Amino acid sequence: MPEITYRKAISQALREILQSDPRAFMIGEDIGGYQGAYAVTRGFLKEFGPERIKDTPIAESVIVGAGIGAAMAGSRPIIEIMTINFSLLAMDQIINCAAKLHYMSGGQVTVPLVIRTVSGGGTQLAASHSQSLEGWFAHVPGLKVVAPSTPYDAKGLLRAAYQDPNPVMYVEHSLLYGMKGDIPDEEYSIPLGVADVKREGSDVTIISYSRMAQVALKAAVRLEEEGIDAEVVDLRSLRPMDTETIINSVKKTSRAVVVEEGWKAMGIGAEVSARIMENALEYLDAPVQRVASADIPMPYSRPLELATLPNEDRIIEAVHRLF
Amino acid sequence: MKVLSKPVADKSKYMDLLRQMMLIRRFEEKASEMYMRGKIGGFLHLYIGEEAIATGVMSVLGPDDYVVSHYREHGHALARGMDPKVIMAELFGKATGSSGGKGGSMHLFDASRNFMGGYAIVGGQLPIAVGLALAAKYRREDRTVLCFFGDGAVNEGEFHESMNLASVWQLPVIFMLENNLYGMGSYVERTHAGGKDIYHVADAYKIPAAQVDGMDVLAVREATEEALKRVRTGSGPVFIEAMTYRFRGHSMADPVAYRESSELDQWRKEDPIEKFKVVALREEFVTDDELQGIEAGVQATVEAAIRFAEESPEPELDTLHDNVYA
Repeated sequence: MPEITYRKAISQALREILQSDPRAFMIGEDIGGYQGAYAVTRGFLKEFGPERIKDTPIAESVIVGAGIGAAMAGSRPIIEIMTINFSLLAMDQIINCAAKLHYMSGGQVTVPLVIRTVSGGGTQLAASHSQSLEGWFAHVPGLKVVAPSTPYDAKGLLRAAYQDPNPVMYVEHSLLYGMKGDIPDEEYSIPLGVADVKREGSDVTIISYSRMAQVALKAAVRLEEEGIDAEVVDLRSLRPMDTETIINSVKKTSRAVVVEEGWKAMGIGAEVSARIMENALEYLDAPVQRVASADIPMPYSRPLELATLPNEDRIIEAVHRLF
Repeated sequence: MKVLSKPVADKSKYMDLLRQMMLIRRFEEKASEMYMRGKIGGFLHLYIGEEAIATGVMSVLGPDDYVVSHYREHGHALARGMDPKVIMAELFGKATGSSGGKGGSMHLFDASRNFMGGYAIVGGQLPIAVGLALAAKYRREDRTVLCFFGDGAVNEGEFHESMNLASVWQLPVIFMLENNLYGMGSYVERTHAGGKDIYHVADAYKIPAAQVDGMDVLAVREATEEALKRVRTGSGPVFIEAMTYRFRGHSMADPVAYRESSELDQWRKEDPIEKFKVVALREEFVTDDELQGIEAGVQATVEAAIRFAEESPEPELDTLHDNVYA
């Protein structure tokens, strides 16, 4: 199994899709000549040409709308919104159109559209460029939302997102692009809506996704040194969410911490906690703990930014509160 | 307003145009009545006064061409050939409606006729028109996208993004502006910096534009025909502004307090159906008897639609979760 980066895994999935399906093309800001703001589409313009790698003006509404319309017509566009912060300019298209057209048309219209975007903070881009808004989209029926934490998941989930007949928000994390991991040579995909137990343990369940799943895994190593055996559940899909895997783990460990990079209020942690309460309250030995970013707009200063984001120490503190 | 342009040669075509406009008028009048009787819920936006635009446009559009529209779209749907029964049933929220009662008045779809939806958020259909055109161009299909929108939509960002990208990518879109002079209750000159002749905005995007009398079905038909010819050469989008007026309020909830009744009286003289009848009779394309026949025919069609909607079942509650995902 070759080891490649998260960035390369996404590139590879895209390249294989474009090579194998003539219906597929990409639309986005600076994905062609510039080769992608995060270099995911490096070399694509040369390989696939401007008809299939379409650079756009900076105009997020029509980028998404162009994807929706083309998907309705039977094409298979993959669009890139440079960061999830910019998706706010396309909310009408994503929420009012992509998510609802199948329902409002009584099933006459489908929107098989992948919207790739990048979430998260940690690189001193301050408040408008550091948000984790995937939970907003996961709130909306009609959309699917995935957020991989490893190169393996990144490739497998992208293939599944592409094969899905619905609009899928595929949320990458800017600090994961350089992460390396093993990928099999053969073709594979990972079904949407299936969580992954990234580390087995018996004392506490840490539930997370995207970069925070990696931070949770590091925290688990340190917890092991002090004799606490943590299980780490990586949600991978936020909608549909794999409640069963969460509940099975909590039934085993009787303790849970939910870790997310977004804000705590109305967040993913709140959702996961509620599902645990609804399905496994009697198994809990302590109240579910939530770890999230500070409830503030992201500050620019490095020490202030670090104080805002969840980290290993804060996850370990949360675990300690359960014992 | 201009006088009616030269009549089309073919008598049956002439009759079709008249029948279509009269059907839309009668359908809308009946829908209004049904709304007042509580048979139709939500919002109801009537197309009365604007019938010439949908009728003229659809009379020359090909079956493969795509149509997207706004929330005042019953007329577009009817003129595209959707069954009045299925539309009325959707307005009634019935299982036999075009979306099985899940869309309502503002969200009519008929994928089999490439009628790709009514969009109820102002401007929302414009980016989607660009996408439909992009697919057509990518697949080298000879299809044009007809995108209806109102004067209110031209101040939305989505309008400008869509005009720009359609032009940059030379996409086969006809931007069909139905300028009825009011965005809800706001007069166009109070909301659009360029004044009421909106077609000038197309210059900024290097999109050829024309303004036509939207109360003249033949003028609309002719302008659309020319636009289609041009778009089909692959040279990019065309913009048409049809000047019109809605005789009723923005929706049924609108008491129309923002405009003088004398203004409506003036516009009623431009009634697209009455004007067309006069010409049709004068040019002897239609006789009084035939006119009465058409009237009786559309009346019967609309009555049948109402009956169908009345008699149709409500959607089964177990369909509630159907079609959230494909």
